[in-house]
Amino acid sequence: MILAKVAGRITSTIHHPDMAGYKLLVCDKLNDRGEPNGGYVIAIDNIGAGAGETVIILDEGTGARQVLDADGMPVRSVIVGVVDDVS
Amino acid sequence: MFLGKVIGRVVPAVIYDGMAGVPLLWVQPLDKTGEDKGLPFVCADGTRMAGPGEMIYWEASREAAMTLDPSYVPVDHAVVGIVDELSLEDYS
Repeated sequence: MILAKVAGRITSTIHHPDMAGYKLLVCDKLNDRGEPNGGYVIAIDNIGAGAGETVIILDEGTGARQVLDADGMPVRSVIVGVVDDVS
Repeated sequence: MFLGKVIGRVVPAVIYDGMAGVPLLWVQPLDKTGEDKGLPFVCADGTRMAGPGEMIYWEASREAAMTLDPSYVPVDHAVVGIVDELSLEDYS
């Protein structure tokens, strides 16, 4: 899993049928100081994360499909937690 | 998933079994602000509706082939959806 910060969202009307109804958030990947490192990933948000929040992203396909209970869905990145504090 | 821009269509003369009829697109990967980042690649179109000039989001590796039916095909990048709107917020 990786730490990332929610930077925005994308909306999409035309998509793969399995993606229907899911919120897609653009998330900045963070470095060891908690700052954006220049990379990003678009992750499915199933738990209600908001802009500016630090989140935990599961970046592995089989686990992601298990979390979403969606066998055969073409997804790899899912937000699985919102972080209060990293110390 | 990541952002990309469709910059062309690819028409194969010969294609592997199971991929007949699957649209192939030439896609330029983008950073989160929509600027070009990296080298273009060939993407199968899991939506079957994307075309040149559109911003899309794509998935790589095994998950890419899962956009297709049959999914046991030699595909490593695929378009998952077309972006209507990209909205970024300044959280800093």
